[in-house]
Amino acid sequence: MSDKARGKTAPAAKQAAARKSASKQSAAKQSAAKRTAAKQSAAKPPAEKIAAEHDTRPATVSAQEARRAETSAAVAETPPSTSPPEEDGTPPRPRLAVRKTYKLYLGGAFPRSESGRSYEVTSAQGAFLANAALASRKDARDAVKAARSAFGGWSGATAYNRGQILYRIAEMLEGRRDQFAAEIAAVEGVTQASALAQAEAAIDRWVWYAGWADKISQVRGTVNPVAGPYWNVSSPEPTGVVAVFAPERPSLFGLVSVLAPVIVSGNTAVVAAPGAAALPAITLAEVLATSDLPGGVVNILTGRIAELAPPLAAHLDVNALDLAGVEDPGLAAELERAAAQNLKRVRRPEPEPDWTADPGLDRIVSFLETKTVWHPVGV
Amino acid sequence: MDSVSSTTEAARAPHTEPAPEPGSAPGGPPGRDRAAAGETAVSEEGAPARDLAAALPVPDRPVPDRLDLSAATGSETALRGFLHGLPGVDKVGAEARVARLGTRSIKTTAKSRALELAIRMIDLTTLEGADTAGKVRSLAAKARRPDPSDPSCPAVAAVCVYPDLVEVAKRELRGSGVKVASVATAFPSGRSPLEVKLAETRFAVAAGADEIDMVIDRGAFLAGRYGAVFEQIAAVKAACGGAHLKVILETGELVTYDNVRRASWLAMLAGADFIKTSTGKVSPAATLPVSLVMLEAVRDFRAAGGRMVGMKPAGGIRTAKDAIKYLVVVNETCGPDWLDPDWFRFGASSLLNDLLMQRQKQAAGYYSGPDYVTVD
Repeated sequence: MSDKARGKTAPAAKQAAARKSASKQSAAKQSAAKRTAAKQSAAKPPAEKIAAEHDTRPATVSAQEARRAETSAAVAETPPSTSPPEEDGTPPRPRLAVRKTYKLYLGGAFPRSESGRSYEVTSAQGAFLANAALASRKDARDAVKAARSAFGGWSGATAYNRGQILYRIAEMLEGRRDQFAAEIAAVEGVTQASALAQAEAAIDRWVWYAGWADKISQVRGTVNPVAGPYWNVSSPEPTGVVAVFAPERPSLFGLVSVLAPVIVSGNTAVVAAPGAAALPAITLAEVLATSDLPGGVVNILTGRIAELAPPLAAHLDVNALDLAGVEDPGLAAELERAAAQNLKRVRRPEPEPDWTADPGLDRIVSFLETKTVWHPVGV
Repeated sequence: MDSVSSTTEAARAPHTEPAPEPGSAPGGPPGRDRAAAGETAVSEEGAPARDLAAALPVPDRPVPDRLDLSAATGSETALRGFLHGLPGVDKVGAEARVARLGTRSIKTTAKSRALELAIRMIDLTTLEGADTAGKVRSLAAKARRPDPSDPSCPAVAAVCVYPDLVEVAKRELRGSGVKVASVATAFPSGRSPLEVKLAETRFAVAAGADEIDMVIDRGAFLAGRYGAVFEQIAAVKAACGGAHLKVILETGELVTYDNVRRASWLAMLAGADFIKTSTGKVSPAATLPVSLVMLEAVRDFRAAGGRMVGMKPAGGIRTAKDAIKYLVVVNETCGPDWLDPDWFRFGASSLLNDLLMQRQKQAAGYYSGPDYVTVD
């Protein structure tokens, strides 16, 4: 997989850059990501060297390149005040840290919260990491609007096409594996190795769900034996806009485990990523924004579940809720009551979720409707 | 065509002061006028516009009550002199002003009232080649009862259709108080001989239209043949009989704000009961700065001793938020006299659904969705 991905990256990055420049998304973040992508593909060693240097990535890039990668990880506890000494022995130059602003991801763009609020994300040890946007009720409303307008196109796309886009996202995730690992390590306080394992598990989980895009209807659809001159078939269809409350731990793996099964079948999602999980969530949004996923299919809000959940649960244009990240049982019950107003599908939080277990099709099936067609035959 | 013909006599607005002061006569030095207007627009920020304008010691500004409206329509030359003597529009000032007014926060009870008013101001419009009698019937049903689940929801102001469907709309709306408006005069391009335009107008009026939405001849206007445009409007007004005449300027094709101001005055001088921004077939359609310029013209026309003329932005207004911004601009520019369906309308169709969803949200406390309003 890795070989294939590398071989494809250079033209694909160019394509992505061309597409980006045609679109009107002008967030500075995007252009930064684009520049990085272009640099990476430019710095790629020639094809014959790839095999030899396959797994020794850091060694193949220059010192400057490594420094840039370190900065783009953006979650180093202390900003680098000096750059490392140059190879020729000149003294290190002082350098200002370039910190990343973690904004929301709505309708394919990266706006700040409508409310103008933000909150500090700290590491597990309490050190300041970054400011994240504190989403409000109106951001939730805007997100639902964006998700609704994206639903027609995404659910109408062929299952094969959706699968291809999800694979593409996995390829992009693979390229940012180290950045995700650094963020996970910072926000969860786990070791670098364990963070990297989580990032890889998240990518694998994404690929696993991507494969189901064009298979779920074979598994869940049926031809029903009926006593009459009818050809009777049932097929699964996406339910619509799904509000997903992601768990705070494991940050990236938990988010991927609840998001991928929702969108793979053609639903669009409004995701609330709580607290420190905002960091990997918004970095995931940067991946989504550069992976052919139409804007609005996934909308990511960061902030407090307790604030975002009630308006989303009561919103009449939301079709289903995934309460995975709602830890307060009282709130979960209240949300379920609000959801009853327009008969939303609700997936309750699991008391002791085991994210590493085989997920099965449960989460995909939770957000499907079954359409049954009676077609007259032989008359 | 050096005298604007006698058919326009009835359309002429009365004037209060027969002799204009030489310095303030329309057609004065445009540079000075423009500077004066710019000064005014800047100082209008955040204050009651009329009071401030009256207080300003700007002798060269054609202060409305010193305009001589009857002399303006005496001849083609006089008309051109009058229209080109209007002060130029301060583009940056106008755009800054609407941007600033757009930030007003309208909440809770004020918002409820604004939503209610905006619903009552809507001209529910269907102007497609694919229109059918059935579509007009369903639109008429929606016009009478926009929110079937809520009897307290008011009806809209009017239904706007093509002339051949006026009869259907009229039949469906009998006794409801909802008016029937019809576009006429070779809508949307206006490229037909005057006889054809007049015949179309008479047909729509005979079919029962309460209001006629005509388009001006933009080609003639842009070529500077103001007299021709004036005569056409006056002739259509005469053909309207008792029906109200709305004059569509198609501001998207007039290009500049100065042209919009001139076309507004031209239409009002020729007898328009309403001036309307656009057909909805040309982009850009209604925008806030253009509407501001037209509202200023409407305000100044009454201040100069003319009639009270209504204003209708049409096309491109899709959300309740946009509609409320327009209401703020109306209130701040013309005052509350115009905050009435008789004097201000929205030409829109999709706007109504958003207003209804917002209204439901105000009542229920949670956000509604498009599944809970009619599809149209």
